[in-house]
Amino acid sequence: MTIHPIPDLGTRKRQGPPVTLTIDGVSVTVPEGTSVMRAAAEIGHAIPRLCATDMLEAWGSCRMCLVEIEGVRGTPASCTTPVREGMVVTTRSPRLEKLRRGVMELYISDHPLDCLTCAANGDCELQDTAGEVGLREVRYGFAGDNHFDPDRRAPVDDSNPYFAYDPSKCIVCSRCVRACEEVQGTFALTIEGRGFDSRVSFGSASDNVFSSDCVSCGACVQACPTATLQEKSVIAHGLPNRVVETTCAYCGVGCSFRAELQGNEVIRMVPAKTGGANEGHSCVKGRFAWGYATHRDRVTSPMIRERITDPWRKVGWDEAIAFAAERFRAIQAAHGKGAIGGITSSRCTNEEVYVVQKMVRAAFGTNNVDTCARVCHAPTGYGLKQTFGTSAGTQDFRSVEQADVILLIGANPTDAHPVFASRLKRRLRQGAKIIVVDPRRIDLVRSPHVSAAFHIPLRPGTNVAVMNAFAHVIVTEGLVDEAFVAERCETEEYRRWAAFVAEPRNSPEALADAIGVPAETLRAAARLYATARNAAIYYGLGVTEHSQGSTMVMAMANLAMATGNIGRPGVGVNPLRGQNNVQGSCDMGSFPHELPGYRHVSDAAVRAAFEAEWGVPIDPEPGLRLPNMLAAALDGSFRGIFIQGEDIAQSDPDTQHVQAALQAMDLVVVQDLFLNETAAFAHVFLPGTSFLEKDGTFTNAERRINRVRPVMPPLTGLSEWETVCRLATAMGYPMSYDGPAAIMDEIARLTPSFAGVSHARLDAEGSMQWPVNDAHPNGTPVMHVDGFVRGKGRFMLTEFVPTEERTTRRFPLILTTGRILSQYNVGAQTRRTANSLWHPEDMLEIHLFDAEQRGIATGDVVALMSRKGEITLRALVTDRVPQGVVYTTFHHPETGANVVTTEFSDWATNCPEYKVTAVEVRPANRPVGWRETYATLHETHYRVRAAE
Amino acid sequence: MTVAELVRMANQIAAFNAAYPRDEAIRGMEEHIRAFWEPRMRRMMAEHLAAGGEGLTELAREGAARACGIIQRA
Repeated sequence: MTIHPIPDLGTRKRQGPPVTLTIDGVSVTVPEGTSVMRAAAEIGHAIPRLCATDMLEAWGSCRMCLVEIEGVRGTPASCTTPVREGMVVTTRSPRLEKLRRGVMELYISDHPLDCLTCAANGDCELQDTAGEVGLREVRYGFAGDNHFDPDRRAPVDDSNPYFAYDPSKCIVCSRCVRACEEVQGTFALTIEGRGFDSRVSFGSASDNVFSSDCVSCGACVQACPTATLQEKSVIAHGLPNRVVETTCAYCGVGCSFRAELQGNEVIRMVPAKTGGANEGHSCVKGRFAWGYATHRDRVTSPMIRERITDPWRKVGWDEAIAFAAERFRAIQAAHGKGAIGGITSSRCTNEEVYVVQKMVRAAFGTNNVDTCARVCHAPTGYGLKQTFGTSAGTQDFRSVEQADVILLIGANPTDAHPVFASRLKRRLRQGAKIIVVDPRRIDLVRSPHVSAAFHIPLRPGTNVAVMNAFAHVIVTEGLVDEAFVAERCETEEYRRWAAFVAEPRNSPEALADAIGVPAETLRAAARLYATARNAAIYYGLGVTEHSQGSTMVMAMANLAMATGNIGRPGVGVNPLRGQNNVQGSCDMGSFPHELPGYRHVSDAAVRAAFEAEWGVPIDPEPGLRLPNMLAAALDGSFRGIFIQGEDIAQSDPDTQHVQAALQAMDLVVVQDLFLNETAAFAHVFLPGTSFLEKDGTFTNAERRINRVRPVMPPLTGLSEWETVCRLATAMGYPMSYDGPAAIMDEIARLTPSFAGVSHARLDAEGSMQWPVNDAHPNGTPVMHVDGFVRGKGRFMLTEFVPTEERTTRRFPLILTTGRILSQYNVGAQTRRTANSLWHPEDMLEIHLFDAEQRGIATGDVVALMSRKGEITLRALVTDRVPQGVVYTTFHHPETGANVVTTEFSDWATNCPEYKVTAVEVRPANRPVGWRETYATLHETHYRVRAAE
Repeated sequence: MTVAELVRMANQIAAFNAAYPRDEAIRGMEEHIRAFWEPRMRRMMAEHLAAGGEGLTELAREGAARACGIIQRA
């Protein structure tokens, strides 16, 4: 239930030929398969209901929605009765009124009459429906057996930090159970018991909500028509009284939310059914983990200090900006323009990112700008541009609903992209097959109602070998879509590629040992992908964060082209982006070699357009990438950096190298919500704004440009884009805008793929997927439909080159890292929420044989060592990882997962090889290595001098 | 930035391009380094090449030399 509810038409929308019927004397035409309930709702004749909602399939249990149909005996339930041509329906009559009132009377006879003190008062479908049917008395009294008597009722289960379960208010409509199954796909809830004893149960009898399989996505709370499942924030504060629709700031799915507020205080975030990416669904992060925005750790005043060993000093904006500008100018005067640069953030809006790269290019006079996509999806941009001609995924999320085979590589969507995972699981329940390529047995290999057709638990670092083996099978067994290739791809490049992959050394048999998977499994999986009507590739950082990340992206693109799986719904090559605006930050010209719209800085015509708009010359040479900046800091040629909303001291590999580089700089400016790990090395801290304070746009993994609307004024008093404009101005380049809409207007003027985008249009028409321009006036859900952006698709040769990072006797295991559902990235946001209850520390997953050999049991403190460093964490002994592979997350700075990761990176983009680090593990009886260093650092990290 | 880092990068780029016929491989390397390496990286590589180019594979040496303007494209 929500305040200011979005219309709920009772049952799901259907597609089909038109059917015309008459309801209450009104003629209505709806698609075949539509329920009578929905058809009635569409003409404004809403029928009372309790167990029905248009997020779920009809259930027909509550008996409130009875109607009369000419020629039909009795009073069928309108939710489960499909429309028929010529049907004549009556939704109101004395008989129906009496029936409905009688049913409602029974419901209310076992429901506490505490409406005035109930958290759902005013937001309760049971209350509304009782009013609607005119219930005035309950003839049965309340003395008999019931579920609400204080002496007999089941206790409220408030084990979940975000919502409470009060069984005494349950009407057993099963909406929560069905939401968990149909919307989320977790199957954590059931109805336990029979008849009067029926109750919603989370897991087994010994479970509570928290200990159950529930993933706290909120779908059940959203579906509940009473206060049985209720947000604790509503219980504590009361109902919200205003709504602002905005976009989540967690992963690259980009869910739309209704921020429901009292004044400036967020009461709850409710997923918007109108959201193109999520269509009314959410995950535990977006739905509940927004409290960090007003966490006590938020720093809202600018701060400066002479040396990083000094305590911070709070100052006004003018002083902080003047301090930063003066030092940046001094560095450039002494060491040249190229001695400074900036990093944009994938957590910030397109508008905020755009102004940072503009500041670097126009005010700093250099192309030394990079973004955190460098350490995640830079290979996606490179690989897809080489093969298809554009640096983006090919499909919208809805496309997966038409996929018959899904090839999932190096991604764990149920943890990292949960709302997309729910769509994917729904498709699997409909019969689609999934091939999982991942060293770990992720949930999509096997979980309730999910069983992968193939799991390829490859050795980390052998992705390209797997793709070459697939390609070998496809080419040598005649599975190529010859017509597609002939029409859509470069012929000579294809022939060369086909000959390359057909070589015996690329056969599954030749590569099986390197991959660690039997050849026959590889062959069978390749055949399944190649012979599907629609086969789609989805992938994550397990593809890109390798020394062959870019090669792998091209190898996947080759596979899709060879099988004709490009250019229509249900197919494609789809990166699952890690952060909310990775796509957007790349689109906005955050790379040192590209201006907005992925156009190289050496292109004179492109530069001329920007120079005309910006009024300054633009350097035609590429700038430094982030790893190059850090390396150049250590040789003294790079000495100042502006870091927007990133925590490179925690997120980037080889932590000690990053720290040394930051420490070597004369000026580090950090713009962030919190004093993060990078801020320990900063001289200027410019407080940033949370997504609840931002005004602009995010672009998600399906190229969908979503509006981000402020629900509260900036706690810092200044928007981030204004801060950047002031800094640029102080550097001598006057930069100002009337507002973020004006920034988007400038982006649209300069970027062909955004030419048709404006805030006004997004507000009026909703989200749009780029390109949005004269050729695609309403956006582009699926790309490369009639031809590739580059013209003909280009097959690339993808030789498998094993990584230099090898196991040795000293480091015999391979460490791979990833993410967990409840935490996000470096954890700066989620660690400051109750999500940490699920994941209070990073754990090391280790196979039972490897653990036994080392005398390690679950919960033991172990030391994890690589050639780069040593960290300590607790072990989790499991067969989820294969023998020889260990796995951990990087959400907690005190763990320091990146202390052990290496300097190796992708050949084309320098994206770090996070996924392959040779390590050893041994029992430890106390925190050693990094934990000791971190404890010392942490002590001085947060010192702020008292106001003078 | 160290020479060793640049040598490793150049060798990796060469390893990818090695799948192509030699002329194309050298051209691919040259274009990649020109497109993505900041001038000071190219200068450092040029100095390293002038000093003998230790550690570079044969293809990496050839491609880097062209990218850094030491050898002109034929």
